[in-house]
Amino acid sequence: MRARGAALLAAAILGSLALGLAAGAVPLSVAEVWQGLWHADAPSSVIVRELRAPRVLLAFLVGGSLAVCGAALQAMIRNPLAEPYLLGLSGGAGLGAVTAIASRAASPWAVPIAAFVGALAAVGLVYRLSLAAGRRLDPRVLLLSGVVVGSFAGALMSAIMVLSDAAGVRNAFLWLLGGFGAASWQSLAVFSAYAIAPLAWLGYQARALDLIALGDEPAHHLGAEVERTRRLVYLCTALLTAASVAACGIIGFVGLVVPHAVRTVSRPLHRSLLPLVFLSGGAFLVLSDVVSRTVVRPLELPVGVITALVGVPLFALLLRRTLA
Amino acid sequence: MILEASGVTVRYAGTAAAALLEASCSVDATRLVAVVGPNGSGKTTLVRAVSGLSPVAAGEIRIDGRPVSRWPRGELAQVLAVVSQREESVFPLSVEETVMLGRYARIGPFAAPSERDRDAVRQALDRCDVADLAHRPVDALSGGEWQRVRIARALAQEPRLLVLDEPTASLDVRHEMELFELVRKLVDGGLAGLVITHHLNLAARYADRMLLLNGGRVVAEGTPAEVLRKDVLRRVFEWPIAVTTWCDGSPQVVPLRPGELEE
Repeated sequence: MRARGAALLAAAILGSLALGLAAGAVPLSVAEVWQGLWHADAPSSVIVRELRAPRVLLAFLVGGSLAVCGAALQAMIRNPLAEPYLLGLSGGAGLGAVTAIASRAASPWAVPIAAFVGALAAVGLVYRLSLAAGRRLDPRVLLLSGVVVGSFAGALMSAIMVLSDAAGVRNAFLWLLGGFGAASWQSLAVFSAYAIAPLAWLGYQARALDLIALGDEPAHHLGAEVERTRRLVYLCTALLTAASVAACGIIGFVGLVVPHAVRTVSRPLHRSLLPLVFLSGGAFLVLSDVVSRTVVRPLELPVGVITALVGVPLFALLLRRTLA
Repeated sequence: MILEASGVTVRYAGTAAAALLEASCSVDATRLVAVVGPNGSGKTTLVRAVSGLSPVAAGEIRIDGRPVSRWPRGELAQVLAVVSQREESVFPLSVEETVMLGRYARIGPFAAPSERDRDAVRQALDRCDVADLAHRPVDALSGGEWQRVRIARALAQEPRLLVLDEPTASLDVRHEMELFELVRKLVDGGLAGLVITHHLNLAARYADRMLLLNGGRVVAEGTPAEVLRKDVLRRVFEWPIAVTTWCDGSPQVVPLRPGELEE
């Protein structure tokens, strides 16, 4: 059973990566993808190596990171409905990006950097608000603060979009819905640099997450440093989500749906759950990206639209199965 | 002495009165101490202070000779196991996985559980009579089974001091008795035990010593016969109470209906 599950997952990952390299405005056969990967002079080389490989890898890494963030936050807040964007990150990141787009910042890095700064500012504010209620970081207050800060940033964002010109509004709107059209080896390198340390730390805390998922008191009695772990989990998920938003805009539902789906087939212990969630989240986002760029070819739909269109029915199905 | 608390005062932010005022108690191996008292008398605060969850405003709590605040969490969990009042499972594990959580303080972050850890889990499951349930999800257990599983998890920590906060709340008579029998057996086997309970009569039969709290203060301390005195209980619980003696010699408390004779 375990070997069958591992084989299925490996097949899903390899299949999604292969499909990600083959599908697009110019469809390629498996042979062409293979040639393009290993022979620099092959006609498909530029498409495979320069356009699709970084795009597929970035989508995989972002999908995996968002899914891991979702799983870690769900354990930390003890709520299976938690996901990274509930903590006000999307609002902050969106506000940063829209501000950069509306002010016609010229540099290609201006929007991602503004989004990153916006997300971190929102996280800081949410954190500060949560602490105002008491010296301890209460997950319930954290969630409420996230909703409040997200709504406030959303209102400011709407005001800026209404006041800016039509092209600016469209650009900002498209950017907010997320996509990997601008992926490059450089953006992949930047994202990896941000993601590796928080991902490794969350993996290191897998057992502490098992304990924190029991509640503060039992976790404390079983040896967890509850408050310190909670702060660091929050910091790591904030960094990962901010880096994701900066790399490809706001992509919702990955952090919510993927951990749920994985829990239906795997044990909820984080030592095995987190790697599985990472791999599944990566494959899910790569496949969503494939759909986004093939379903209305040669146009591309924002990948956030696809993850929501797939994620919502999938979530409803999982919810029904869980409650049945 | 495994647990030694002297003159402990705990105050919660925003409240004028101390939740615990100059309370002292001590527990040693093979001794079971029961803490009793009305609702809000400071029983759970005492557990929180002993486990390092509530900071102490005055006085000192020592576990195995070291002040509780100086114990790193992971190390303290290898000496002190606490079964708290309530616990709800959001992501239900199996019984075996739940009991293995008791070993986490002893397992490295990337290491797999060793044979020694698996042995400790097996023993804890056996001692609490839940080995048959090992593969059952914890959300499919009855109240009594869930309490036994939580005690098994505490035993898997291989502690020297076991603290139970109202372990028999919402359990029926059989499960209450089974639980107190189990705790007594564990204490006779070498553990030090501190149990918070509203069951004065069971506490009187199973505990070696009792601590009666009221309004955060210790109002009586000693053997069950020394603590469960009619006048003291009437004052503390603000209700007419009679005390009789059971055939094993332990005092038994009978709350009286209004107008009932006390003698």
